[in-house]
Amino acid sequence: MLEIKEIWKTFHAGTVNEKQALRGISLTLEDGDFCTVIGGNGAGKSTMLNAVAGTFPVDAGTISIGGTDVTRLPEFKRAKFIGRVFQDPMMGTAPTMQIVENLALAARRGQPRGLKWGLSKAEKDRYQALLHGLDLGLEDRLTSKVGLLSGGQRQALTLLMASLQKPKLLLLDEHTAALDPKTAAKVLELSDRIVAENHLTTMMVTHNMKDAIAHGNRLIMLYNGRIVIDVSGEEKKKLTVPQLLELFSKVSGSDEADDKLLLS
Amino acid sequence: MLDFINALPGAVSQGLIWGIMAIGVYITYQILDIADLTVDGSFCTGAAVFVVLFTGGTNLWMALLASVAAGSLAGLVTGLLHTFCGIPAILAGILTQLSLWSVNMAIMGMKATVAINVTTPEMLDKLLVSLRFVKDVSNGSRPFYRHPIFVVGLFTIGVILVLYWFFGTELGCSLRATGSNQNMARAQGINTNFCKVLGLMLSNALVALSGALLAQYNSASEINMGRGAIVIGLAAVIIGDVVFSKLFRNFGLKLLAVSIGAILYYIVIQAVLAMGLNANYLKLLSAAVVAVFLSIPYWKGKYTHAKIKPAAVNGGANHA
Repeated sequence: MLEIKEIWKTFHAGTVNEKQALRGISLTLEDGDFCTVIGGNGAGKSTMLNAVAGTFPVDAGTISIGGTDVTRLPEFKRAKFIGRVFQDPMMGTAPTMQIVENLALAARRGQPRGLKWGLSKAEKDRYQALLHGLDLGLEDRLTSKVGLLSGGQRQALTLLMASLQKPKLLLLDEHTAALDPKTAAKVLELSDRIVAENHLTTMMVTHNMKDAIAHGNRLIMLYNGRIVIDVSGEEKKKLTVPQLLELFSKVSGSDEADDKLLLS
Repeated sequence: MLDFINALPGAVSQGLIWGIMAIGVYITYQILDIADLTVDGSFCTGAAVFVVLFTGGTNLWMALLASVAAGSLAGLVTGLLHTFCGIPAILAGILTQLSLWSVNMAIMGMKATVAINVTTPEMLDKLLVSLRFVKDVSNGSRPFYRHPIFVVGLFTIGVILVLYWFFGTELGCSLRATGSNQNMARAQGINTNFCKVLGLMLSNALVALSGALLAQYNSASEINMGRGAIVIGLAAVIIGDVVFSKLFRNFGLKLLAVSIGAILYYIVIQAVLAMGLNANYLKLLSAAVVAVFLSIPYWKGKYTHAKIKPAAVNGGANHA
C-alpha cells in the first residue's frame, strides 16, 4: 500500500544548522498493516511522516501510495490518499467553523469542490450518528465552533474526519502526546477501533514504547534518520520494553539507553 | 444641528456605497485572514474604468461589469504575488496598490480627475446613483426608487445574497477553511493557494464595484479617491462587529452588520464635521478609531484573566 524507497532529506543545507533528517529510508507497508514508529527526539519520525504527506519535497528517493507515485505531488493532491492526525490538536481542524462543517470538508477530501451546497441534510444526520459513536457528547453540539472543543475532543473529531473518506493510508503523528494520560488512552483506543473498522493501513508515531508495542502488527525504530529496528508478526507480539531497549543500544552502538525514550 | 440632519441621507448613501467595499474587506480580513492593501488602489480602478467607459458611450451595465472585472484582475495580481511569488500578503498588496496608481492614471488618460458630465439631464438620468438624486427625491422631482439609499441598498442586498450562497457551497467552504486553518485545509485536499487568489479576486471585484458606484454618486473619478479605503473598510468591519456580534450569528447578517458599520462610520464622520472639525483631520481620526478598536482584543487578553472553560460534557477530555 505504501512504498518508500531510499528517501533523503536535509534541512538548511550548507548552513551551520544543516541537519540530515532522513538518510535513505526505505519501507514497504502491506494493505492493512498498522506500523508503529518510535525513536528519540530528532530521529526523523515526524520528518518521515511529513515527507509521506508531502509537507515538503524530498531530496531523493520515491514514495508511492497504492501504486501511485506521489513523490512530486503537492500536499493538497496527496491528501486524496492520506488521512492525518497531528500532534498539535489545533492543527487538524478549522476552529472558526462548525463541527458538522469540519466533517463535511473532510468528507470531500480528494474530490473536486464546486458550487454544490457544502453540507446536505442527509450528511448532517449521518455525522450526528457517527459523533454519537465517539461518546463525547458532540452529537448534541453539531453547530458548535470547533474552537470551543477540548484537545481530546478535537483529536477524536480529527480521527473521525480522517476516516470519513476512507484513506489508503492513515498517518498519526504523536496524536496523543499533547493530551493528559486518561484522554490519551481514550483517543488511542478510538484510533484502534477506527483503524480496525475501516481496515486502514496506518503509521503511528509515538514516544511511548509500551504503546508502540501494544498497538499494530509492526514496529520500526528510527535513529539518526535511518530505520534501525524493524520487527513484525509473532516477534513483535512477544516484544517487551527491556528487550526493545537492549535491541536499540545494540544497533545504535551506544548504551546511553535513552531514559528519554523510555520515559517520555 | 439642522445641517447635520440635512446631511444624513447623503451620509447614509455614502456609507452604503462604502459598505460594499467594506464587505470586500471582510472577505479578506475576516474570512481569509489576510490584510489586503490592494483595495486603496482597486477602489479607484473600479471608478476609473467605469467613468472612462461610460463617458465614452459604453452601456452603463457593461461599464459596471468591466470595472468589476478590472478589480478582480487587481486581486489576481496581488494573489499571484503572494502565492506564486511567495511575497508576504501585506507587501504584495502594497506593491499592487502602488502600481495601480500608475495604471489608474493611464486608464484616466493621465488626468487626475475625469468627470461625468451631468449638466445634461439625459446623462444624469442614465446614472444609477447621484448626489443630486438625494435632493431630487426629497423635493419630489424624482420617484423614491431613484434615491441612492434605495438603489445602493438593493445592490447591497444582492451582494449579500450572492456571498451567502457562495460561502455555503463546497468551494466557499474551502475558502473559509483556508482562512481558518491552512494546515487543515491542505490535509483535506484543498488547494489553499487557489483559494487565496480566488478570495482576493472576489474581494477586489466588490471594492471596484463600490468605487464605480461612488464615481457615479460624485459624478467623477479621482486618482486619490481610494486613499485610506482599507482603513474605512476595517472601521466598518470592526464597528459592525462591536455593535452586532452578540445579535447577528448568521453569516448573511454578519455581512449586513458590515454594511451598517460603514453607515454608522459615515454618520459619525458627518457629526464630527457638523461640530466644526477641519475635514483634513478626518484621516487622522479614522486611523485613531481603527487603532483603538484593533487594540482592545489584545489588551483584553493581556490584562484580564481568561475565564476557565467549562469541563467537557462527559468523557475524559478535560484538558484543553
